Amino acid sequence: MSFDIVLTVNGTRRTIPIPDPRVTLLDLLREGLHLTGAKKGCDRGQCGACTVLVDGRRINSCLALAVSLDGSEILTIEGLAEGDRLHPVQEAFIAHDGFQCGFCTPGQIMSAVGLIREAQAGDDPERVREAMSGNLCRCGAYAGITEAVLEAQNALSQHETPRRGEAA
Amino acid sequence: MPETAPRPIRHGSNLGQPLTRRDGILKVTGAAPYAADHHPPGMLYAVMAVSRIARGRVTRLDVAAAKNHPGVVAVMTPDNKPVLAQHPDEKHDGFTFRLDLLQDDRVRYANQPVAVVIAETLEAATEGAALLDPAYEVETPAVGLDAAEPFTPAAIGVGDPADMETGDVAAGLAGAAHTVAATYETPAQYHNAMEPHAVVATWDGDRLDLDMPSQGLAMAQGRIAGLFGIAPSDIHIRSPFLGGGFGSKGMIAGPQVLGIMAARLVGRPVKLVMSRPQMFGPVGHRAPTRQTLRLGAGADGALTALDHETLTATSTFDDFIEPSGGVSHTLYAAPALATRHRAVRLDTGTPLFMRAPGEASGSAALEAAIDEMAEACGMDPLDFRLRNYAETEPASGKPFSSKALRECYAQGAAAFGWSRRPLAPRQMRDANGLLVGWGVGTATFPALMFQAEARAVVRATGEASVAIGAIDMGQGAWTALAQIAAEELGLSIDAIDFRIGSSDLPNGGIAGGSAHTATAGTAIKGAATEVIAQLTALATQDRRSPLYGAGNAGVVARGGRLVRRDDESRSEAFTDILSRAGKDAVEGKGAAGPDAAREHYAMHAHGAVFAEVTVDPDLGQIRATRLVGAFAAGRIINPRLVRSQYYGGMIWGVSFALHEQAVMDPRTGRPMNANLAEYHVPVNADVPSLEAILVEEEDPHVNPLGIKGVGEIGVTGSAGAIVNAIWHATGMRVRTLPVTLDKLL
Amino acid sequence: MIPFEYIRATDVAGAVAAGSAPGAAYLAAGTNLLDLMKGGVARPTRLVDITRLPGLAAVERRDDGGLRIGALARNSDLAHDPAFAKAYPAVAEALLSGASAQLRNAATAAGNVMQRTRCPYFTDPGSACNKRRPGSGCEAVGGETRLHAVLGWSEACIATHPSDFCVSLVALDAGVEIAGPAGTRFVPLESFHRLPGDAPERETVLEPGELITALVLPPEAVAFAGHSRYLKVRDRTSYAFAVVSAAAALRIEDGRIAEARLALGGVALKPWRAKAAEGLLAGRAPDATAFRAAAEAALTDARPSGDNAFKIELARRLVVRALTAAAAGTPARLPALPGSVLAPAPEAAHA
Repeated sequence: MSFDIVLTVNGTRRTIPIPDPRVTLLDLLREGLHLTGAKKGCDRGQCGACTVLVDGRRINSCLALAVSLDGSEILTIEGLAEGDRLHPVQEAFIAHDGFQCGFCTPGQIMSAVGLIREAQAGDDPERVREAMSGNLCRCGAYAGITEAVLEAQNALSQHETPRRGEAA
Repeated sequence: MPETAPRPIRHGSNLGQPLTRRDGILKVTGAAPYAADHHPPGMLYAVMAVSRIARGRVTRLDVAAAKNHPGVVAVMTPDNKPVLAQHPDEKHDGFTFRLDLLQDDRVRYANQPVAVVIAETLEAATEGAALLDPAYEVETPAVGLDAAEPFTPAAIGVGDPADMETGDVAAGLAGAAHTVAATYETPAQYHNAMEPHAVVATWDGDRLDLDMPSQGLAMAQGRIAGLFGIAPSDIHIRSPFLGGGFGSKGMIAGPQVLGIMAARLVGRPVKLVMSRPQMFGPVGHRAPTRQTLRLGAGADGALTALDHETLTATSTFDDFIEPSGGVSHTLYAAPALATRHRAVRLDTGTPLFMRAPGEASGSAALEAAIDEMAEACGMDPLDFRLRNYAETEPASGKPFSSKALRECYAQGAAAFGWSRRPLAPRQMRDANGLLVGWGVGTATFPALMFQAEARAVVRATGEASVAIGAIDMGQGAWTALAQIAAEELGLSIDAIDFRIGSSDLPNGGIAGGSAHTATAGTAIKGAATEVIAQLTALATQDRRSPLYGAGNAGVVARGGRLVRRDDESRSEAFTDILSRAGKDAVEGKGAAGPDAAREHYAMHAHGAVFAEVTVDPDLGQIRATRLVGAFAAGRIINPRLVRSQYYGGMIWGVSFALHEQAVMDPRTGRPMNANLAEYHVPVNADVPSLEAILVEEEDPHVNPLGIKGVGEIGVTGSAGAIVNAIWHATGMRVRTLPVTLDKLL
Repeated sequence: MIPFEYIRATDVAGAVAAGSAPGAAYLAAGTNLLDLMKGGVARPTRLVDITRLPGLAAVERRDDGGLRIGALARNSDLAHDPAFAKAYPAVAEALLSGASAQLRNAATAAGNVMQRTRCPYFTDPGSACNKRRPGSGCEAVGGETRLHAVLGWSEACIATHPSDFCVSLVALDAGVEIAGPAGTRFVPLESFHRLPGDAPERETVLEPGELITALVLPPEAVAFAGHSRYLKVRDRTSYAFAVVSAAAALRIEDGRIAEARLALGGVALKPWRAKAAEGLLAGRAPDATAFRAAAEAALTDARPSGDNAFKIELARRLVVRALTAAAAGTPARLPALPGSVLAPAPEAAHA
């Protein structure tokens, strides 16, 4: 049983055949579309490395069936920068050394973008830490991650035009 | 945060500068390629089936069911696996570990690979592996430190003796005014790098092409070459990025070899990625320990004896003995000192190096025992540590090559506010009535040197390249080693084509033992020095050069030029020197390794970690609310990256003290929390406040760069500091780690 | 994961028809179902995708003052709805104390209710489990039992229910609206999940094909808004299942407890309503003596199912803490660490 689904991936609308309904969004992105930024750290919603935005919301792409997301808009780490212009969250992660090995980083960054969109944490670092707790980092870059999220959120609040992944 | 290292160790244009990571953009855009991100044409997916029993035999595999699953191409079992040139249990040296490569039907630990299914899609391979549904002949496994008779290992760690004694410990204890005897337990821990072990393998005849995370390319190459009977030079391993290693990717793991075998079997490229639960078995772990410490101190608080006995575990089929007692050899000035290591053989995968192997578990116990001794003496635990400060290494009697631990204690204590600490426990509460406690632990890790080679080339076109098969597993080799290269070549960091992470480059050694920057950096320095020497010779011996007659010692490389030391107005560009000499390029080779100074000095990095915890007095829930670590580790190449390494290590200390443990079913030997939901490592909310202080230290002996290494020391000291803070908050000494809330009720 | 047939339902009747086939399972976000399928625990041969059923994500105030939460309402949307959080603060706190932001963004209200136990012997198909394979035995008994049940367990099953949301809902007398082949019916949440008894494979009262369409909070539930907390003791500060949790809600009139609600999580195979304790509190002053008596009453029948006796005393202490916190008044804003016993509670708004 094969389904054709339509996904808008990083701004490009495309029809994607799904020959096997078992394919998760994460495996579709990585193995089907070769968008390998989202990582598989646990495949069970326990680490956050696979975080992407679906219709503007951060989710674990490993626990979503691709076929069920027909019609959705997907934003992955590959679609966050605009050309050479990094997203403020990406810039802030570099500035604050919010990563070491980098494996969890795409998930951390997409989670941070989702968090800022959710607008629940404000500038309270404790709320940011709580809201980023679904993204494990075994290298232990949490301090830099929290600083980066706060700084990027502040930078975004001063932007005139919405960036990708931001609410208009 | 301070952006630069202290002035005396900052010099030149590169060393000591807090550059952001040169691979930063690749990592924040998702473009950094990790092994599992590769898709060579025609690639198939391989998925392992693993054993759910810990000891026995596989009696049946439903190969037909797996093969019948649509998309399945092959099933690799002991019956049809490719023939290997070497038995996987053959050992050649202390760094060769026995592997489970489907050699027979024996099961020697839970999650041991028993078959591999290869399919057109990941979904088909995964289901195919499930359909194999192995049947077993189950034997009763040995689980836990009491399950077998202890033996005295021939060696511990990487070849140290199991026992050592200096002075008369019995007399020291007998004559002590105060004694402490306590037993501490640390659990089995699994590395759990965020990136599961993976391999993408492509055979071309007898040539092999691999994308595979590896902390040691040449060693992996050698092991594969032996197993498959091919030349190391016919194996190309790319490992530009590791999603964390922590020791688990130091040796090639069995599952990675299985991926290579699977590619051999089907004659097509194969990707094999381990699942998270499969990581709890065949890729190493930190062995559990039971450590008994006996300490004596005089009325003045001076230690009279320190006895540190470790019982640990290894597998039934191979040896790695967690060397927990090593920290007691070096940290405190006990006139009588003994350490012993015993081990039991359990039905687990073979333990392995895991971030600060020995030091992490040993320091957790030693620092707690020292705290108990301080309490027995009625002393502040920091004062007690200072009272017993080791001016020379207690076990060897050697002087330290450098040791700024006093400064670490002082700077850490000042930043933390230690002087306001009440001596007695259970004296502090926060605004919400939660108990607050402060604890300290001493950090230490040896400054090791391994072997590495590097090549540097400067061309007449102005281009330069530096090549070394070094590894960036997050510690920042892409950046820090390039800084060293730039410094030594007198070039801007961006002017150098800097290459690491590939086995076709000069052997960069192993990224481990906190020795990689020191080792690879020294090799790079050597190569660059040779290049500069050649350029200098060309210039200073040529009458047409403005540097003519300056002599080798008379010039310095800076900004792509050689500059006379005594007259900076006289200089010449590398490009001009080379073109005038009619040379396309000059090439230098460098090598690094341990030198004779090691025989004369004890070489260690040191640090002091101060921890604050809050504990719910009724419910026992704990949070490490504040950690301040002050570390002295010789020369700091990049303070931004070093700080991150310290933070990471300290968080591992939090994890060690409060979170991590593999829970084995005592009847089956199966890890019952083999996932990241239940094998807890800290989340962001667990570490609200971290501070790392980079204490200045110059070491003229340790290596030509004066680097001691920073990757592991942060784990040591931290766990003890937290456990001691829990005592200070609650008055309870919990001696079985991790300290979970039920232990405080 | 075995191959399955994928059916996208467009209306409830169609969903129920498709979902009534043997081997069928309903797919909403899939955060629990896919996890179980990957682990080989759930092996449905047909997935009926209900994510596109019209109107099922709506959250509506009913004429009687109650609230109807559509089955597909996302956990995070519900918790972050200011009106919802104000009216049912303990429910919002429970939701936000569970899982991670990513999972809450995906997971649905009904999916949360339908979560299955995290007992490691259940989630490992290699272990004997009466839930997975009736009659095969319970390998958890005598095994690793630190987090297992202390109330309502049987020799056949000692697992716990993992939901936080349900604990807060059951305290507030929530109900479950169910559509099935025989029409719709309504079941109180308290009797929705079954205790294991000798048939732990039957986890809920749902019959084959039945589908949760909504959760309903009765009109009386809002009366507790001023004195409600959900507290959750965990092994790490966030992103961990409860060791023990408690939802406490009080209606305080003239300085006395007019009505109390209390439920426990992490102690049984269902969200555990402690009605005896509630009865003891009615009419009493909200003080430590009353709360301790309630805690004793709530755990009277508790007994360890293994190495977990500590959970009984922990639960008692948590009951006292949650009641004390509820009596102090619902915080004006949810704490930075929702449900955490370590979170510094912001200034009380209703005290």
